[in-house]
Amino acid sequence: MTTAVAGAHAAEHHGPPKGWRRWVFSTNHKDIGTMYLVFSLTMFFIGGTLALLIRTELFSPGLQFMLPEFFNQLTTMHALIMIFGAVMPSMVGLGNWMIPLMIGAPDMALPRMNNWSFWILPFAFTLLLSTFFMRGGAPAGGWTMYPPLVLQTGDAFPFLIFSIHLMGLSSIMGAINIIVTVLNLRAPDMSLLKMPLFVWAWLITAYLLLAVMPVLAGAVTMLLTDQFFGTSFFLAAGGGDPVLYQHIFWFFGHPEVYIMILPAFGLISEIIPTFARKPLFGHDSMVYALACIAFLSFVVWSHHMFTVGMPLTGQLFFMFATMLISVPTGVKIFNWTATMWRGAMTFETPMLFAIAFVVLFTIGGFSGLMVAIVPADIQYHDTYFVVAHFHYVLVPGSVFAVLGAVYYWLPKWTGTMYNEKLGQLHFWLSAIFVNVLFFPMHFVGLAGMPRRIPDYSVQFADFNAISSIGAYGFGLAQLLFVYIVIRAVRGKGKRATSEVWDHPKGLEWTVPSPAPHHTFEVPPKVSSADAFS
Amino acid sequence: MKRKLILGLAVFCLAGPACADWAINMPKGITDMSHETWRLHMHVFWWCVAIGIVVFGTMAYTIFKHRKSRGHQAAQFAHNGKLEVVWTAIPVIILLIMAVPAAETLVKLEYTQDPDLTVVITGYQWRWHYEYPDLGVEFFSTLAAESNAARRKGSGIDPATVENYLLDVDKPLVVPKGAKVRVLLTSKDVIHAWWVPALAIKKDAIPGFMNQMWFRPEQTGTYRGQCAELCGVDHGYMPVVVHVVEPAEFKTWVAARAEEAAPATAAGEEE
Repeated sequence: MTTAVAGAHAAEHHGPPKGWRRWVFSTNHKDIGTMYLVFSLTMFFIGGTLALLIRTELFSPGLQFMLPEFFNQLTTMHALIMIFGAVMPSMVGLGNWMIPLMIGAPDMALPRMNNWSFWILPFAFTLLLSTFFMRGGAPAGGWTMYPPLVLQTGDAFPFLIFSIHLMGLSSIMGAINIIVTVLNLRAPDMSLLKMPLFVWAWLITAYLLLAVMPVLAGAVTMLLTDQFFGTSFFLAAGGGDPVLYQHIFWFFGHPEVYIMILPAFGLISEIIPTFARKPLFGHDSMVYALACIAFLSFVVWSHHMFTVGMPLTGQLFFMFATMLISVPTGVKIFNWTATMWRGAMTFETPMLFAIAFVVLFTIGGFSGLMVAIVPADIQYHDTYFVVAHFHYVLVPGSVFAVLGAVYYWLPKWTGTMYNEKLGQLHFWLSAIFVNVLFFPMHFVGLAGMPRRIPDYSVQFADFNAISSIGAYGFGLAQLLFVYIVIRAVRGKGKRATSEVWDHPKGLEWTVPSPAPHHTFEVPPKVSSADAFS
Repeated sequence: MKRKLILGLAVFCLAGPACADWAINMPKGITDMSHETWRLHMHVFWWCVAIGIVVFGTMAYTIFKHRKSRGHQAAQFAHNGKLEVVWTAIPVIILLIMAVPAAETLVKLEYTQDPDLTVVITGYQWRWHYEYPDLGVEFFSTLAAESNAARRKGSGIDPATVENYLLDVDKPLVVPKGAKVRVLLTSKDVIHAWWVPALAIKKDAIPGFMNQMWFRPEQTGTYRGQCAELCGVDHGYMPVVVHVVEPAEFKTWVAARAEEAAPATAAGEEE
């Protein structure tokens, strides 16, 4: 506790600068973490608004509100914004805030680069969003940017490529920062296997980012030169290969989906033990499972391409490798269940989100296993079944984990308890509507509705209407979340103690709430009770 | 609140099997391969249901029993080597049970040789071109006029009044029942995908590539599908319609098509 007091004392002398300078020039991991989270929430609402426009057009058959070209822009931009603008930055924000607090570090190892990696993002997304107002509109070829179609994009094309480059730069710098911090700034007696799971998950995720973001950059640069400099990497007419792009893209793309879910696994592994009042079951096997999933993510990319026409042996390999992923993922699900087993559980909002995550992510995992089976995937591919699958792992998966984590650490950040009743209301509205929204998509997909179409045959009408109602409900429920967070930030609510919850484990709970501007200027002692293992 | 949680979880557990009803499931289709695909789909689905019952059941039990409000004291165990080996090994065995039939079906799906009839399908933005290279028949297949009129924004036509809205074409692909049809698939512009759920085949039509797949329809009738790969503005408006007819009827159809085409070709040669 002495270190925490020292931190609080120091904060009085080295408080942050006032006004806009505090944020623009910030090298403080907490402020940068906050900016990441606010940015992510903003993008979540922009991307969500696009999704609501999509669901409005799909409410009933026929075109009522928009032309197909605008619809295609909406689906493309919704995906890009949600993936690169909402989910990834939210994980980086949580990492920025919590990793130094969890490993007993005074800040991130490279604070100026931290500032830069955040401040690239607003510019990248301003560029990307500005394409809506350009000749030809925003990119409309899907977030996967398959050539030759993406080369038909209008003036937006170079802006799309450049904004992807910027996002990649930001991610790479963020990843380097996290790796260096975790490997060098841990409290002296915190060995690697004593690290909390969230730190482990982020360390592995950061390596994935380092490995694949340059691959994406390469792919989109080749698109750029195909468009403007006369190359034919992906153009059949010039001797190029359109399928090569898909291989390169998904070599990035599959690790990318784990980049979005591994930190979420870490978050859930922090939340469940606290509210079960029991140590995490199988800490080490959880780490090995994460590493295993990360490794497998590099050898399964072609399962996104089972209909492009691959050799039989290739299809068999990618099918088996993909099915294998369910083994380490299963281990994680079983370990979380075993952590709850014979605990003394209470069900505050973070725990509710964590439990919903485990259940609904598992449903997404089941459909994931189904789409791994090649002959069946030939039927599922590019239908709403796939849309249902990846939204189940992303929304009640990654997004629920982030929401749960925000409730979990908000008292630590603000020093104020959020309103528990409102938090639980937000949970129930989200949990119910997310299923109303995405569950019927399984049915229309199996019944034969392709994805990315602005209009559909009338037999799909009922389930689409239900999905749209779920979308409005889910979207509106998130406004409640904003209200709850703002209330807590403004200090309306009970004061939070430094422990916040009932004897949670971990160094972040040894500093006062709100966490002072500077913490752990002297490395803390890690007792065995502090670590989860 | 807590009771609701249990109820909610119970609903999640039951939702899977209860909703996987016939009307909302994958069609069984009209080929042996589509039946095999359907069985595979259901096989994996029921495994998922079984695993779901065990996992969610355990979670529901522990959430109900091991709560602080019931005075349950937290145990402090954090490892169980045997258990961990068991729940790593069991999924591997289940995966093997799924993988073997999946691989068998896949091997059959890939065997495109010895066809009775070959069709070359070419994707265009936004219509399909069908060619029977051995029979000298070829034509374009485009969205039917009624659908095309109704699909315009502000057309004032209720899609419900249009028969097979967005799933109808002017000229369908015609194939004989019982014949092994090999499909050669390519594209002239961007990537498309040719898909008919009842035939359980879908493959990308890629410029510069010639993909192949096959089907043997066992039932006459009209079967509908759509382009499945985003191909631009009118991606949603290039349906696939396949007419399966008796072999005799197919011969008459080919003859009629050849006659239609012949005068046009002759006229072309004179010029």
